Amino acid sequence: MQLGVHTLSVARGGIAVLEGLSFTIKAGGCLILRGPNGIGKTTLLRTISGLQPALDGTIEAVEDSIAYAAHSDGIKQVLTVRENLAFWAEVFGTRDIAPALNAFALEPLADRPAGALSAGQKRRLGLARLLVTGRPIWVLDEPTVSLDVDAVAMFAGAIHAHLASGGIALIATHIDLGLEAEILDVTPFKALAPLALDDAMEGFL
Amino acid sequence: MKALLIRDLQLAMRAGGGFGLGLAFFLIVTALVPFGVGPQSALLSTIAPGILWLGALLACLLSLDRILALDWEDGTLDLLACAPLPMEATVSIKAFAHWLTTGLPLVIAAPLFGLLLNLPSAGYIPLVLSLLLGTPALSVIGTFGAALTVGIKRGGLLLSLLVLPLYVPTLIYGAEAARRGAEGLSSTTPLMMLAGITFGTIALLPFASAAVLRVNIR
Amino acid sequence: MSLWEYANPVKFMALSGRVLPVVAVLSGLCLVVGLVWGFFFTPDDFRQGSTVKIIYLHVPAALMAINVWLMMLVTSLVWIIRRHHVSALAAKAAAPIGVVMTLIALITGAIWGQPMWGTWWAWDPRLTSFLILFLFYLGYIALWAAIEDNDSAADLTSILCLVGSVFALLSRYAVNFWNQGLHQGASLSLDKEKNVADVFYQPLLFCIAGFVLLFIALLLLRTRTEIRVRRTKSLLARERMA
Repeated sequence: MQLGVHTLSVARGGIAVLEGLSFTIKAGGCLILRGPNGIGKTTLLRTISGLQPALDGTIEAVEDSIAYAAHSDGIKQVLTVRENLAFWAEVFGTRDIAPALNAFALEPLADRPAGALSAGQKRRLGLARLLVTGRPIWVLDEPTVSLDVDAVAMFAGAIHAHLASGGIALIATHIDLGLEAEILDVTPFKALAPLALDDAMEGFL
Repeated sequence: MKALLIRDLQLAMRAGGGFGLGLAFFLIVTALVPFGVGPQSALLSTIAPGILWLGALLACLLSLDRILALDWEDGTLDLLACAPLPMEATVSIKAFAHWLTTGLPLVIAAPLFGLLLNLPSAGYIPLVLSLLLGTPALSVIGTFGAALTVGIKRGGLLLSLLVLPLYVPTLIYGAEAARRGAEGLSSTTPLMMLAGITFGTIALLPFASAAVLRVNIR
Repeated sequence: MSLWEYANPVKFMALSGRVLPVVAVLSGLCLVVGLVWGFFFTPDDFRQGSTVKIIYLHVPAALMAINVWLMMLVTSLVWIIRRHHVSALAAKAAAPIGVVMTLIALITGAIWGQPMWGTWWAWDPRLTSFLILFLFYLGYIALWAAIEDNDSAADLTSILCLVGSVFALLSRYAVNFWNQGLHQGASLSLDKEKNVADVFYQPLLFCIAGFVLLFIALLLLRTRTEIRVRRTKSLLARERMA
């Protein structure tokens, strides 16, 4: 199990933002992406997750092995915490949501509607969703937004456990999670020509 | 797949889910027609099948943007796109949930509203049959429209503009079946055509809906 | 030398720049010949009087209304299958021409229908079908206008065009089923016996040729404009990035 990216170029709205990225994460490894706002970290993570096509290059990962989490966690306000998690567990074909509730200290909140949670609690629920997917590769976009210090520690613990069990994590974040992780600054990969496109498109320039 | 269906039904039933809104809208349209055209019962019973069909169609249209827009806003669609569930299944389930929460109640309520419009007694069975056969097509076509406009802010009006022309064949055969029934004629032919459209759209349109949803997600 | 080479915007611009004036002049010639001949040098119809002469606008516009949609269907398919940007832009450029053609057909039809049928509008199957076609065009144009990203817009409108074509066809049959109409049979057919009389027929052919050429000229012009708009956007994007 590994996640490999080879000379990958990604585009947002038809315009190349990052190009020539290559890295490999082995089982149990974690890679943290850094770079200023708007550089294309979100686009890169969405491309790796298969939500949008790559402009160029290859992504090497076992099919259906990636779980993606971003700013919006797909939480339904009117469903309870338990129902939210149970839904995603069933979609991903796992049954047991107890470990996920446990890891993010959500048991006391389990029967509250998600709409009644604070922003940080919601975020914890969103991250707990990762655990119920049962997927080995986590692709996380700014996962620590609105988390307090305790919750960040909880989150770091969850990642730690995930890596220890042979999982892989790719995280775009600016805070130090206290993980043994490689750090990759994507700034040098900023696309120079805004359009690295096929022959037909050259005519538009 | 079952989980998604159950979740969509739960969401529709709970507070703010909009369940029953379509029904209320249907009632209002039905109740407003006599104010517009006058209370003569002969006139009303002539136009009743058409009005009921049109009312059901508009009630359906009203709730279309809920099919996908909410899941789009909170990121659920992105996450579903990564899930081991083909997009075609997702849109089919969503259309089915929409039918269960909007179309089916309309079918059940239609005879009651038929009373308000003095629908001839021979017309009830064809009306219910035609709605039962036709409303699934409305949900499936509507899901396609919702998938097309999901990324557009305030896309509600555009959604209506795109979906209404697509509703024409369904409306024609459906209302024709109900009208023929009310006049005591055989409505077999339009019902067959209606069934053809419904089964055809259920079989094929989810592929188009899934394709446009994938485009919108990227 | 393959047709697909013109999917390259540079080649397309070069060729269309040369072809456009020729097509425009030819179209003008055909229209002048056809319309003058048709309006002034054909006899009045023994039943319809001089009102029949509106045929020289009505029939070509109606033909184009449908054929423009078919052309959009083909270019949409080319975009979906081969992803040539010029093809998608041509479909985008054609839609407003199609909508105007549909409108001309509807309006001239109403003007013709008033003296002939005694009504401006009737829910005749063909009139109804054209009204529905008009709505399809509007939806297609509105969808293009609503989406910012070029490729997404091209993808979505292409799929809408495919699905819309199927439903337009279904609507055509549904409308026929719903109401048998007043419309006269086809004015043109390959079966010579059924055709309108030769005196009306020959200028009509000129008008149709004129409308087809006019469409091609407008299409080339509009596609060139779309390509330039796209180019402007790309250059602006490049400037922002620099």
